[in-house]
Amino acid sequence: MKKILALVLALCMVFALCACGAKTEAPAKVRIGMVTDVGGVNDKSFNQTSWEGLQALDPAVFEVNYLESKTDADYQTNIQTFIDEEYDLIICVGFMLADATREAAEANPEQLFAIIDDASIDLPNVACLMFAQEQASYLVGLVAGAVTESKTVGYVQGMVNDSMNLFGIGFIAGVLESCPEANVLQYNANSFTDIAAGSTAAKDMITKGADVIYQAAGGTGVGVINACDEGGIWAIGVDTDQSTLAPEHVLTSAMKRVDVASQDISKAVAEGNFTAGIHMYDLSNGGVDLAPTRDHIPADVLETVEAAKAAIIAGEKSVPTSVEDCPEFTLS
Amino acid sequence: MDKKKSFLVILSETRFLHILLSIILGFVVGAFFLVIMGLSVGDAYGRLLSSVTSVKGFSYVVVYAIPYIVTGLSVAFSFKTGVFNIGAEGQFVMGSMAAAVVGILLGDLPKFVLIPLCFLVAMAAGALWGVVVALLKTKRGINEVLSMIMFNWIAFYLSNFIAGIPAIHSDGTAEATKNISANASTLLSKDFISQYKLCPTANWGILVAIVLTVVVWLIIDKTTLGYRLKAVGFNKSAAEYGGINVNRSILTALAISGALAGLGGALQLMGMGSRISVFSSQEGFGFAGIVVALMGCSNPFGVLAAGLFYGALIYGGSKLNLVGAPTQLVNVIVGTVVLFIAISVVFERIKYIQPRGRRKTASLQDGKEESK
Repeated sequence: MKKILALVLALCMVFALCACGAKTEAPAKVRIGMVTDVGGVNDKSFNQTSWEGLQALDPAVFEVNYLESKTDADYQTNIQTFIDEEYDLIICVGFMLADATREAAEANPEQLFAIIDDASIDLPNVACLMFAQEQASYLVGLVAGAVTESKTVGYVQGMVNDSMNLFGIGFIAGVLESCPEANVLQYNANSFTDIAAGSTAAKDMITKGADVIYQAAGGTGVGVINACDEGGIWAIGVDTDQSTLAPEHVLTSAMKRVDVASQDISKAVAEGNFTAGIHMYDLSNGGVDLAPTRDHIPADVLETVEAAKAAIIAGEKSVPTSVEDCPEFTLS
Repeated sequence: MDKKKSFLVILSETRFLHILLSIILGFVVGAFFLVIMGLSVGDAYGRLLSSVTSVKGFSYVVVYAIPYIVTGLSVAFSFKTGVFNIGAEGQFVMGSMAAAVVGILLGDLPKFVLIPLCFLVAMAAGALWGVVVALLKTKRGINEVLSMIMFNWIAFYLSNFIAGIPAIHSDGTAEATKNISANASTLLSKDFISQYKLCPTANWGILVAIVLTVVVWLIIDKTTLGYRLKAVGFNKSAAEYGGINVNRSILTALAISGALAGLGGALQLMGMGSRISVFSSQEGFGFAGIVVALMGCSNPFGVLAAGLFYGALIYGGSKLNLVGAPTQLVNVIVGTVVLFIAISVVFERIKYIQPRGRRKTASLQDGKEESK
């Protein structure tokens, strides 16, 4: 028993020594901390894309790190950890972190923050990275309208609010432009996590004749893609290039370049020209686009899409952003 | 009992050394994996230690430990009484949701009414979740482990459903409930927190956890109720023969265990979370309670210590990324610790069996010699 006690004491001393050795870091680099939402850093979506963007930054200039949140209550703790560690910029991924970010930003006016997909924080130390989701959705809408043979396309949304509705409005505007007689089936799953509900909704649409389905519904959307894969029809991905989920049946994806946005804001901090407020990422600055995987899209359709994209960038064309401008949009 | 035992004897009787050895082995195995990954063991463990030893870090540990201690007590109580409460997860969720509903809808009540009310409804909700399972077991003979695992999911989706009700759901963009009223919060005052440089979520829930520890100890060790429940836990048939109503004991045990887990949920919500998000996966407070109960040998005071240790691992572990080590290292350590604790139980059983075995062979030999 004495031996065990001695062993314990020895180990304690080892730990104590380790603790002394831990604090030797060169402070020259710009330190960027990223806090994930509960999806975790390998969520094949937002968190992962942001982290990949940060990892691609020049390691000679930047030191990047992430903290994963396991529960809703972890957001605050993780943000606080980066504040205590005196990171130069804290990137909070997703609107779920909005309340925790606002609180921390108010309590620490010297600390710089960036939040992705939330425009509700109006503080001088917070940059809101927003994406013109209606533009990306409009482009995939053009594609969907062009490839549908049954003149019936489907759309599944994860939640009804102004920001989410932009996906549907843009998509329907695109579909109707390339196929004016098309019928757009719409479904609100009211969940970003219900794979089964997404799958059921998609199967329902398939029996009603849909041959292309777009989804803006997070995890629920994975169910939509699975059902399309089984049903042998086209699915359209969202946020990231989702073709890996069903390579044969994902037509393309409406991509939000979260990686570009988090790189931009990090570089701005490094160069000392961080600006607060809303940073809008749209087609003109490459913030949204069709995903790089577009092999399934016919060449002539792709040309139309590129032309529409150029017109939007040139300001000759605009995508509707309100329900009134897009009469077919009825999701509620 | 009459003789004064030496400290070390008490330690060995409470299996303290087994646990300590298991924990050390857990860290050794963790170090092994760190070496395989080519990471510095010193950096990782140093970070783990340094992040929990500052005043602020330790206050975080305490705050993180509160729900683990209470769910640990819940599971430990069930272990002592012969049922395995794997449903603490669901009871925890029900408790926190019940407290959230009261904390949001009745937010205008004064603090000294609202807080006890939240505690009470949380305990009631948790107890209800335990009692339903106990009824299924006693009336219909349905294995409690199976129904509890299913009840965890019912609680999970029920909580998500309630979080979606307009009166409860957040007004903002967050997929969560509204924040509970400040009157239902157990947070310490802002001045106090900044004066002592505590973490921003420092709350007095730990006092409740300590009181609960003592209460559970009193119930188990000092009351006839505890005696009855323990008797059923040791041997159902013998207890029934002795005149104890076994079914009622199971009901009581699961009700108390459920109430504890529910209260754990309320403490987590009112101290740290302030709101409940729409779950995409189980948060695992109840399951962690099983680990904590095991590490604490189902002894209430052991659970208190184990809960703090677990809280330290979880909080310290969340920072491992900062030195390049994966957060999952903590899971490796905890998993190994539980494994070794489980093994130590086996060794104890062997220790008990062996002497009997020897006696048997010895008497047989005696018999042979006699017959010769």
